[in-house]
Amino acid sequence: MTIENHSQNTQANWTYDPAPQSIEHVDIHDSYELFINGKFTASKNGSYRDSINPATEKTLTKVAEAGVEDVDLAVEAARQAYEGPWSQMTAAERGKFLFRIARMIQERSRELAIVESLDGGKPIRESRDVDIPLAAAHFFYYAGWADKLDYAFPGRQAQSVGVAAQIIPWNFPLLMAAWKLAPALATGNTLVLKPAETTPLTAMILADIIREADLPPGVVNIVTGDGDLGKQLVRHPGIDKIAFTGSTTVGKEIMRALAGKDKRFTLELGGKAANIVFADAAIDQAIEGIVNSIFFNQGHVCCAGSRLFVEESVAKEVTQKLRERMETLIVGDPLDKNTDIGAINSFDQLKRIQSYVEIGQQEGGDLYQSNCILPETGYWHAPTLFSNVSQSHRIVQEEIFGPVLAIQTFRTVDEVIDKANNTPYGLSGGVWTDKGAKIFKVTRNIRAGVIWANTFNKFDPSSPFGGYKESGMGREGGVEGLLPYLKLTPNTR
Amino acid sequence: MKLSETKVDQIGVQERVARLQSRSIKADSKKEALTLALSMIDLTTLEGRDSPNKVRQLCYKATHLHESFPGLPHVAAICVYAPMIRTAKEALQGSTVKVAAVATAFPSGMTSLETKLDEVKQAAQDGADEIDMVISRGRFLSGDFDYVAEEINRVKEACGSAHLKVILETGELVTLDNVRTASDIAMAAGADFIKTSTGKIQPAATPEVTLVMMQAIKDFYHKNGRKVGLKPAGGISKSKQAIQYLVMLRETLGQDWLNPDLFRFGASSLANDILMQVVKQNTGIYQSASYFSLD
Amino acid sequence: MNDRIGVRKTHKMFINGKFARSESERTFGWTTSDTKDSTNICRASRKDFRDSVLAAKNAFSGWSSRTAYNRAQIIYRCAEILEGRSAQLVEELCAQGLNPEDAQLEVRQTIDLLVYYAGWADKYQQLFSSVNPVSAPYFNFTALEATGVVAIIAPRESGLLGIVSAIAPTLVGGNTCVTLISEENPLCTSSLSETLHTSDVPAGVVNLLTGFRSELIEQFSTHMEVNALIYFGEDKDEITRIETNAAENVKRVSICARRDWEYESSLSPYAILRTQETKTTWHPIGF
Repeated sequence: MTIENHSQNTQANWTYDPAPQSIEHVDIHDSYELFINGKFTASKNGSYRDSINPATEKTLTKVAEAGVEDVDLAVEAARQAYEGPWSQMTAAERGKFLFRIARMIQERSRELAIVESLDGGKPIRESRDVDIPLAAAHFFYYAGWADKLDYAFPGRQAQSVGVAAQIIPWNFPLLMAAWKLAPALATGNTLVLKPAETTPLTAMILADIIREADLPPGVVNIVTGDGDLGKQLVRHPGIDKIAFTGSTTVGKEIMRALAGKDKRFTLELGGKAANIVFADAAIDQAIEGIVNSIFFNQGHVCCAGSRLFVEESVAKEVTQKLRERMETLIVGDPLDKNTDIGAINSFDQLKRIQSYVEIGQQEGGDLYQSNCILPETGYWHAPTLFSNVSQSHRIVQEEIFGPVLAIQTFRTVDEVIDKANNTPYGLSGGVWTDKGAKIFKVTRNIRAGVIWANTFNKFDPSSPFGGYKESGMGREGGVEGLLPYLKLTPNTR
Repeated sequence: MKLSETKVDQIGVQERVARLQSRSIKADSKKEALTLALSMIDLTTLEGRDSPNKVRQLCYKATHLHESFPGLPHVAAICVYAPMIRTAKEALQGSTVKVAAVATAFPSGMTSLETKLDEVKQAAQDGADEIDMVISRGRFLSGDFDYVAEEINRVKEACGSAHLKVILETGELVTLDNVRTASDIAMAAGADFIKTSTGKIQPAATPEVTLVMMQAIKDFYHKNGRKVGLKPAGGISKSKQAIQYLVMLRETLGQDWLNPDLFRFGASSLANDILMQVVKQNTGIYQSASYFSLD
Repeated sequence: MNDRIGVRKTHKMFINGKFARSESERTFGWTTSDTKDSTNICRASRKDFRDSVLAAKNAFSGWSSRTAYNRAQIIYRCAEILEGRSAQLVEELCAQGLNPEDAQLEVRQTIDLLVYYAGWADKYQQLFSSVNPVSAPYFNFTALEATGVVAIIAPRESGLLGIVSAIAPTLVGGNTCVTLISEENPLCTSSLSETLHTSDVPAGVVNLLTGFRSELIEQFSTHMEVNALIYFGEDKDEITRIETNAAENVKRVSICARRDWEYESSLSPYAILRTQETKTTWHPIGF
């Protein structure tokens, strides 16, 4: 009996072959029009903007650019729908429309996931497992609120506000649309939504879903265009409420534009969150949390844990493990099912991230990047760590919105709380420790709207999200998320 | 023995496992994984009714996995009760398939240390290449870590040149914190391998437990420079599961551990499932279990 | 006749727990409604405001981390002390033009309002916080926290109830504040300060300034350490100015009207919500 075995005990070098998501069944149209009053309509000025796949730099399609007249039409359609069918409908019926939309998002989930990844560059694993399911869940959650608003705020009667203008960013295109639409519709408002100019496609599919769902025309209007269009919407006299998610700079502009106008607004703005790892934490899980906090969605996350604070006694271990973990992150084709980090959303954003990395080096930070090979074409950025930095460095103070983490060490709880709060922002925070009392001490003292203890970057429709300080005002999600879209009046006694 | 300080968060582990399991292994990488997995199997029979004949059949299978596919590796070892060691050694003569024997009053471990040591010495004398011992879970759960460590230490001595695999029986340790502590104790006390389960207690190997043991091995390697092996055992019967374990291994311990010297599957029916997959990968036709020998 | 010479009270402001004149040493003349007496009222400077904000900032962490029960007792204590000072307050309100009956009513309402809010201290949290049933093995809850340092521009029309109904909900919610008392009705400032001082309200938690709205509104709305601003009034220009300036650090601005300070219509836990943030905390459930 002889056994010849060439494959026995050879040193393996096992790598993963490409596992591309099939895109056969996805049909991207040659062009997309504005969605006004229940119809897809060309913009009055006839102009279009190309939508680019950031992973290939190729044009996916072209999307209509709305002008002043289109905005007027959209707002007018929303007003008519508000005064007409939408307010005449019972709340329960309104809710049923939202349930219907939730279901239709689920039905078209794979298509939406693929288009989200094509248009925005995020890995299919995330669009498939996070963005799209959460968007559906958001509609499902708020659908049920529609006929229960009288129970939401004790002693108050809830009434809709009117016509809302909603402006959303490019980092979670469909999910942000869901965060805006679902509570606004559940509370009986009508709206005009403006997706970001680099990622309008899933919103256009959503428009199609809304049309197929037989929502009364004008209840939801979607106009596409850039920041100038956003400005027009914010300043439009026919708008009763503005909901904006985006940069703090633009948030402040909106506040100024609305000063003295007696209009309601909510803002979900930037962040520079502290993620704090104590020596007694479950380190291996904390490493995952750190990876999730800064490399999720290429770091294009307003609540990203971009400032990592590690207790000095474990700093070496954490840094070492983080570097090793970063080597296993697969950067590349967003449509490969194994990709962990996809393409940077746009050329402009890539330049911005790169300029911050340069600044970090000029300021004397120690740079570490994983040894991933970036594709030749498309917009890519390797996962990046900066150590040997302090609170006074620009890369520690300013929101980079990319896969760039700044690591600092600390010795005491008080010290790290002070440093965590040493920022104009206050959106989120993270804390990692095995000690319950310390969790509550730290979570209570961090001035931010969402705190993750022994986890990071978790979202749920029932969980309110929003910032303190310059990270915005108002909440999205949960009961709190109803408030921005309601007028509360005292119950008559 | 100092109590391990390393904490483990169950939910964090579950999420990491879920993420690793979402890896999609296709084409050549799947073929490679299947071949690798085959070479890592400890083909196992651990039953009271085991007969010399059954062990001989198992040994034949270990070296002739599937005649129509030459070039497939043989399994790493066969795993039997101590009285079957000589039979197995004879049957495997001329091959490099190892003989592993369970010892130390497997699976419960409920006997005196002296008796365990005698059993281990006998197994080593009979020619076992590897000895799979069980830890004293009762002592561990009572907090008597020193005893657990001492026992492993003494068994290791008794093994002589045989490799020692230390079974934690994680199904009885319940928490991942315990799994981590037991892993640390076993490695410090001289284990060449740490192994999840006897296969006699449910749950046996789980991805969560295995991940925690991998992380313990990694930390141990960073601190002491010694590479300890890992053997999840029990409950791994499908090739898809095996591939997921290999993904976990690759992304936690790295390429160095992707070989039978440092990673084994304790399994009885896994080999056939992998064979079916190998045939499917080569022919493109989905296979039926009826065409693959049972033993 | 052997008339005793009365001892008049010097009107002061209340900054960081101390009775203070304006650092600028400026005052403005104020004449009682019957024009008999003229008195000097401190005219707060921008520096007085800055000092007050600093005091409020420093007091914030202590005050916001007090137990709700403790805050309730302190605010209730304010009511107790005010009750004892009713006569003096009535007198001051009358000097500002109220008839004695209205003055008495306003004092009684002010005291009752404090009692009302004292009772909210350990309850609003229960009403407006939530445990959120997230679809994952996490315990997730949302609780209210104080916004921080609040600048208050008190109503012009009311010298007592208006001030207290602006301050009380802010205070109950764990905020600290700097309040500008109107130049039209400043006479109760000292009595209020003394009340706060003797009620165990920690230094810096409430700061009371008197002065000119037109002079200070810019500072109130621009200061980067101020997290929220409550404005009572209807002046469009002032509101626009405030809301424009507020953008600088994303201040939360509440524009309040008469119904927001008048008794009954103002009594509401929703007044507390003006200066509350909600914090959502996640933690895994496992072992």
